[in-house]
Amino acid sequence: MSTAADIGIWGVPLAIIGGAIRVSTPFLFVSLGECLTERSGRINLGLEGTLVFGAMSGYAVAYGTGSPWLGVLAAAMAGVLFGLFHGWICKFKGVNDIAIGIALMLLGMGLAFFFGKPYIQPVAPDLPAIPLGWWSDIPQVQAALQVNALFLIGAVLAVALHWMFKNTRVGLAIRVAGDSTDAARAIGLNPDTVRLLSTAAGGALAGVGGAYLSLYYPGSWNEGISSGQGLMAVALVIFARWNPINCFWAALLFGGAGALGPALQSVGVTSGYYLFFAAPYVLTLALLIITSSPDKAMEGAPGALSITK
Amino acid sequence: MSDTTATQTPPMGALLARWLPRAEALLIPLAALLCGLAVFSLFLLTLGKSPIDFYALIYKAGFSTAFSWQNTLSRVAPLLFAGLCVALPARLGLVVIGGEGAIVLGGLAAAVLGLAVVGAPPVIGFVVMAAGAALMGGLWIGAVGWLRFKRGVNETIASLLMAYIAIALMNHLVEGLFRDPQSLNKPSTAPLPEALRVGDMPIGIDVHWGFAFGVLACVISWVLMDRTTIGFAARIAGDNVRAAQVQGLPVGKLIIGFTALGGACAGLAGFFEVSAIHGSANGSLISGYGYTGILVAFLARHNPLAIIPVATLLAGFEASSGLIQRRMDLPDATILVMEGIVFVVLLLSETLYGRLAIFNPTFWEKKA
Amino acid sequence: MKRELTRRHFLNTTAAMGAATLAGAMMPGQARAASDLTVGFIYVGPKDDFGYNQAHAEGAAAVKEMAGVTVVEEENVPETVDVQNTMESMINFDGATLLFPTSFGYFDPHILEVAPKHPDVRFQHAAGLWSADKHPMNVGSYFGYIGMGQYLNGITAGYASKTKKIGFVAAKPIPQVLQNINSFLLGARSVDPEITCQVIFTGEWSLAVKEAEATNALADQGCDVITCHVDGPKVVMETAAARGAYVCGYHADQTALAPEKYLTGAEWNWAGVYTGMVQTVLDGGSIDNFVRGGLSDGFIKMSPLGPAVSDAARNQFEATKAEIMKGGYSVFKGPLKDNAGNVIAADGEAFVETDIALESMNYLVEGVLGSTS
Repeated sequence: MSTAADIGIWGVPLAIIGGAIRVSTPFLFVSLGECLTERSGRINLGLEGTLVFGAMSGYAVAYGTGSPWLGVLAAAMAGVLFGLFHGWICKFKGVNDIAIGIALMLLGMGLAFFFGKPYIQPVAPDLPAIPLGWWSDIPQVQAALQVNALFLIGAVLAVALHWMFKNTRVGLAIRVAGDSTDAARAIGLNPDTVRLLSTAAGGALAGVGGAYLSLYYPGSWNEGISSGQGLMAVALVIFARWNPINCFWAALLFGGAGALGPALQSVGVTSGYYLFFAAPYVLTLALLIITSSPDKAMEGAPGALSITK
Repeated sequence: MSDTTATQTPPMGALLARWLPRAEALLIPLAALLCGLAVFSLFLLTLGKSPIDFYALIYKAGFSTAFSWQNTLSRVAPLLFAGLCVALPARLGLVVIGGEGAIVLGGLAAAVLGLAVVGAPPVIGFVVMAAGAALMGGLWIGAVGWLRFKRGVNETIASLLMAYIAIALMNHLVEGLFRDPQSLNKPSTAPLPEALRVGDMPIGIDVHWGFAFGVLACVISWVLMDRTTIGFAARIAGDNVRAAQVQGLPVGKLIIGFTALGGACAGLAGFFEVSAIHGSANGSLISGYGYTGILVAFLARHNPLAIIPVATLLAGFEASSGLIQRRMDLPDATILVMEGIVFVVLLLSETLYGRLAIFNPTFWEKKA
Repeated sequence: MKRELTRRHFLNTTAAMGAATLAGAMMPGQARAASDLTVGFIYVGPKDDFGYNQAHAEGAAAVKEMAGVTVVEEENVPETVDVQNTMESMINFDGATLLFPTSFGYFDPHILEVAPKHPDVRFQHAAGLWSADKHPMNVGSYFGYIGMGQYLNGITAGYASKTKKIGFVAAKPIPQVLQNINSFLLGARSVDPEITCQVIFTGEWSLAVKEAEATNALADQGCDVITCHVDGPKVVMETAAARGAYVCGYHADQTALAPEKYLTGAEWNWAGVYTGMVQTVLDGGSIDNFVRGGLSDGFIKMSPLGPAVSDAARNQFEATKAEIMKGGYSVFKGPLKDNAGNVIAADGEAFVETDIALESMNYLVEGVLGSTS
């Protein structure tokens, strides 16, 4: 370890930046996945289960093959399976997509814990990081700017999704299916197929989010690896008003605010740390209240979504 | 079509119209439950484990002896209240997923108020604690409803965020302001006196009164939702807010009222956890009942009466988890897998309602 | 003995005899090998967490090897009515007569609720403060002076640290944790009195991402040796080592997680303790209600010293360890102040290892950066 510089209070903003980069990726991937699913008119509340199963399967495959990227791939495939399952069940009349999501959350976590027992102890290879802090000779800055490729991929993906919704036929199909089942049928689309594929793709992204947890940060598999990131990320989509770019900012906000608590303690602000740990939730709620208004309660919401009815 | 046949044979038709929906509501979930267990059996068989042993253990641990029933029923109370916290707002089409926060803060309120009224007659003590917990939970989730109505803040995300904030508040207060200095290695509020501890019901097994009150709350909620004009108005508002407003229904009051009522139920769960189980408020209050309640409510299709059997079934599954770990050398997550499979099948079976010929009166009338 | 007991419970608790015998007849595992004693272990987390629960599970594994003993285990049991039911289930269905509910939070109210109903069953609880005038006689508490291990950790940290800043990731500010933090710093200060220890509380016993963030925050502040007191130290060890800091282990041996950076670790050694207690019961004796032990009693042990430990560090480590093994060692001795300036011990005053006052510690000593609330 090169000798650390005495950065004192500067540790706080640095931790927030570093934390935003380190912690935000799972939120980003899950919320992008959910955004895609919800724009097609379905809610998959079960992405927490997909995330946890992705974390386990990614870790197991990375350990078995020695390649963390194969692990990420496996997590994405597992996510696809969960998504397809959700999408298939929800096409039956009278089945509630939110409820199925909750049941699948249970199933995903159950399967992950069940098959994950043998992988708690072994050490799997981590995903590599890109040292974007090479320009600085302060080790803390270098550490904070160790950026994982998945974070960058997620950022690009957010822009790409936004562009896709606006400018492509696929994006249009998803938006039409999301706004009105009848309208989709009228232009010759099968809304169930659109939603099935959107949910599958959303599941894949959630699985990758899980793989980030187990293969990069914190970088190990255990049953407590997720502290509800999947559920929170689903909720963040509403906060982001179903806009992928906003999902990116929301994830960054959440990650950065989450780093506040530990960083403040490390510079001597020691009392009331539970309240500082609640910063991401308080900030999000405050922003939500400020940006909402009774007239546009559901602005940006896909019309066919069951919570908008 | 069926109208004409019904008028021709009034007694038979009326009887069928009355009982077939009930049979449908009972038989479809039962058949689905069996199907789900059958699917899970395949899972067990691929692992080389015996499904018969497995289900025998569930029966033994959850439903066979008096102790088994104690094991099951003692877990039910918080699930009933937490389920109501989801089901009541759902009547208005609201998806509240943050009941955990109201449980935790309700429990804290009960513990603090209980200590404040030490020495008063127990009846007063209990009323103060329960009312305080219900008020606390009602305010917390009612605020979600208020934000929804006044500012258009989505209740799903607001309630989830507020659950995390509630947990932080509870931890902060229990380790600070309200900490009993004697609670060395587990920061807690001071222990409640024995007189303010809710006891067991006189039924021979150790199940506290929270169970009875939980059942009562479900029944009252059912009456409110299905047998009163308020419940009817809520249903209209839930189906179509605009239509309800046009008809002059007080949509705002309904939203705030039903969310507050749900929150009050969750607060009561916290009261019973503190007064009957823990004896003080501490971190053990955060045990995820609020999230299990979401599952319970959705499985019960937001019908308060259905919450009772659903919560009992879930509690029985949970009760058997330990014995399955110990006897079959299966991990504790096995029960989670089973619950996941069974509940997916149960929810899938909802597609059958109204589509099976045997539950249609015409099917029987033709035979007759 | 055991058969009678189970049978009596069965009769007492069975409402419908027919149903019970039917269920009993088809029960798997009913015809398990006859044993003289069934022992139940209950863990609050997964039993392979590289930490608190694993340490106890390793003890249970040693008990399993004993002749005439059946071990039943349950993991991930929360500190709610669940643990009460688990204890009763082990008693009623498995005939367990000796229970080890190993999480601190199981004691009050859960063990205290169940124990009076089962006077024939012995409840052995880790870390509880059993006292004869308050608690049932069939309950006992046991624990080890693991703060001594953190003191030895601190010695290796004192030699390894170049920045003179060491770090501690802690769950909650409770006496056991505070004693570990203080001991870690005092160990380091026995090498160099200039050293300070930064503590970060995560607020939960097991919260992977927050533990990683806390470790990063410590590394950002220049802490170059890091240890922790959380249930599963795996994340802290791996994150700290990745940041280039040395690590000291806790609860169990974590050498495998950071072989180059691991200095040593304070470990529980429950195998000897548990087999001893079970043997006492097998021999018809009774276990003391209040048991404590340290290094010399085999309650705790130290991980093998890692490659980064210098010869000087090794010498002081071994010498101090030898002193502790003699018994009566004092880590907390005057002159000692807490980090708010209050006098903890005047010059010449000392708290020996076994002093019960240490178990209600509510301060951080001078040199620890952090606060208890």
